[in-house]
Amino acid sequence: MSRKLRGSVWLSISYVLLAVIGVFSVYPALWVVMSSFRTGNSLFSETLIPTAFTLEHYANLFSKYDFARWYTNTLKIALTTTVIGTVLTLLPGYAFSIFRFTGRKTMMSTLMVLGLFPGFMSMIAVFILLNLLNLLNTHLAVILVYAAGAPLFFLFAKSYFDTIPKSLVEAARMDGAGHLSIFFRIVMPLSTPLIVYTALSIFAGSFTDFLFAKLVLRTPETKTLAVGLFDMISSRQATDFTSFAAGCVLIAVPITFLFILLQRLLTEGLTAGAEKG
Amino acid sequence: MQELIAKQSKSGAGKPYSTIATILSVLAMGLGQLYNRQFMKGIILLAVHAITLYTVIFKLPHAVWGLTTLGETQTQLKKVGRLYQQVMGDHSVFLMIEGLVTIFAVIILLWIYVLSIKDSYRTGKLREQGGVPNTFRQTVSFVLSYRFPYLILALPLAGVFFFTIMPIVFMILIAFTDYTSKNMPPAHLLNWAGFDAFRDIFQMKGWNTTFYKVTLWTFLWAILATLTGYFGGFGVALLVQQKRIRFKSFWRTLFILPYAIPMFVSMLILQNMFNGQFGPVNQYLELLGFNRIPWLSDPTWAKVTLVIANFWVSFPVSMLMIIGIMSTIPKDMYEAADIDGASSFQKTRLITFPSVMYSMAPLLIMSFVGNMNNFNVIFLLTNGNPVNSDLQFAGDTDILITWLFKLSMEYGQYSYSSVIGIIIFIILSVFAIWNVRRTKAFKEDTSS
Repeated sequence: MSRKLRGSVWLSISYVLLAVIGVFSVYPALWVVMSSFRTGNSLFSETLIPTAFTLEHYANLFSKYDFARWYTNTLKIALTTTVIGTVLTLLPGYAFSIFRFTGRKTMMSTLMVLGLFPGFMSMIAVFILLNLLNLLNTHLAVILVYAAGAPLFFLFAKSYFDTIPKSLVEAARMDGAGHLSIFFRIVMPLSTPLIVYTALSIFAGSFTDFLFAKLVLRTPETKTLAVGLFDMISSRQATDFTSFAAGCVLIAVPITFLFILLQRLLTEGLTAGAEKG
Repeated sequence: MQELIAKQSKSGAGKPYSTIATILSVLAMGLGQLYNRQFMKGIILLAVHAITLYTVIFKLPHAVWGLTTLGETQTQLKKVGRLYQQVMGDHSVFLMIEGLVTIFAVIILLWIYVLSIKDSYRTGKLREQGGVPNTFRQTVSFVLSYRFPYLILALPLAGVFFFTIMPIVFMILIAFTDYTSKNMPPAHLLNWAGFDAFRDIFQMKGWNTTFYKVTLWTFLWAILATLTGYFGGFGVALLVQQKRIRFKSFWRTLFILPYAIPMFVSMLILQNMFNGQFGPVNQYLELLGFNRIPWLSDPTWAKVTLVIANFWVSFPVSMLMIIGIMSTIPKDMYEAADIDGASSFQKTRLITFPSVMYSMAPLLIMSFVGNMNNFNVIFLLTNGNPVNSDLQFAGDTDILITWLFKLSMEYGQYSYSSVIGIIIFIILSVFAIWNVRRTKAFKEDTSS
């Protein structure tokens, strides 16, 4: 009896804890969503739920700021980067997992070590390089740099491909399938979680990166969402916080939605990487 | 058939194909292949030879000159007619990058040269033994089927080379120059300054205290950030995965939210939430009768805020991963423990914890390394502030990587920032190499 009682007490405590963590997780997001509907433009508010609702700030984004253009720019960059970057991540992952060749380990460890370095540690150099190539202030530059960095994160892909039974690939080879048809017909269909995970992280990364974009994209026409939004509150001493909040909602909603939608695949992708480390 | 082979080998014997082919290849790439009757290959290699000659004769001297002197003519005003005009001098940085690219290209070309000599020697040997050299089509299909991994690696590696390796090499070179915003190309020429910047950072008063303080905080930060994120995630995972908890996926989805919100958005939001004057956090504290806390303006509180904020964004990932690992632990272990009358605490301590730790240990190291360079959280939340006048170009919460950023992007102290870059590079490499060596992905290979 006492054990059972203890069990149910613990269960109630667990639920309380879960609820507290839930509030803790959701609160900042909720606060921003609420702020975006609040009248006025200051941070300060007596209550979490606004006393008067307004959509003015959302309208402002499109009239006062060039939000629509930022959005198209960002989508263009992020989608292109995702396609190129995913291919560039899957290829080395596949090569390192399936084939044994000279220089394989050296290349793998080099890539892994390089992957640890924050990309912008050498940002001045990349900047000068882009200048030499006459690519400053172009979207192509941003896409190139994002996509070129993607192969450094091949390890997830490699670990995932490692879990695909070798016998499958060998059997196909016996049947005379070429490298490409093995890759597209056998390996790819078995790797949906990996592909989704890779594409999603590259997409989210390039969709929300602001540091490099800010450095390279200098004119208002080329701005991305992250740069635009960042400038909105950093340059004006946070005078227009509520419009910023509305912008945040419009950026975060699609990304958050994607993540939640693909949660299961994400967990699979993450754990496949974790188990193999 | 056998006679034919015997005949061939007889006609081939005696003739030192391999020697002649090797000598010809040393003279010029492709000649050996032409001699071996591999015409297509020979022609291609001859073209490569021409490119090599051109590069070595016309580009290499300029590259070496550029790299050693970093330019000789200063940009200056010259009198042209009656007006003074600016005449562009040498651009040290361009010279450096062009020099690097040229030298890399030459190394690659020389490598091809060596390979072509080896190839003609091998083909020659094959002919001596009576074999027939591959036709061009055979060569191509050989490359396609047996060199396939190299083919698919070429593009990704080229990208990494240009946008990662080259810039890092360039950054290392910058550390040995006198590059600052006051002494910046094209207006000025750079000079090689040797180890001056290193000496300043380690020995010059002000610089060295800043360096030690920032490094200490970097390590402290990385440890705190990693442990809180990991154990927080672990705790939440245990809580959610309890047998009797209902709506597991609902709770998980709720907790993933901080991870799903883009980093720069959530950090800017938190920055506002922790705002000392208007932020809701302080408002609530006041409502509850507490004093306001100077979250972002007091050095110690700013550090606490950073750890809290980082915890908020990082616990969901470790929760997800740990849940994944927990689901792979065999159920019968728990059943056996139940039969033995183990309490749930004992089960957690003796089964769950060791299993999860075993899988997560390498990832913990990686996340420690990641946190050492967790630029986003610090840059977006505190930007290294509060300002500390005792430190050189750094605030109280700056870690090495944000200090590097400030030094180069805000204060134009390029050579100092490159030195910091090299130091980060060294610290990271130690962890990275250690980690790579003990990763399962590598261990697996050694056994196979």
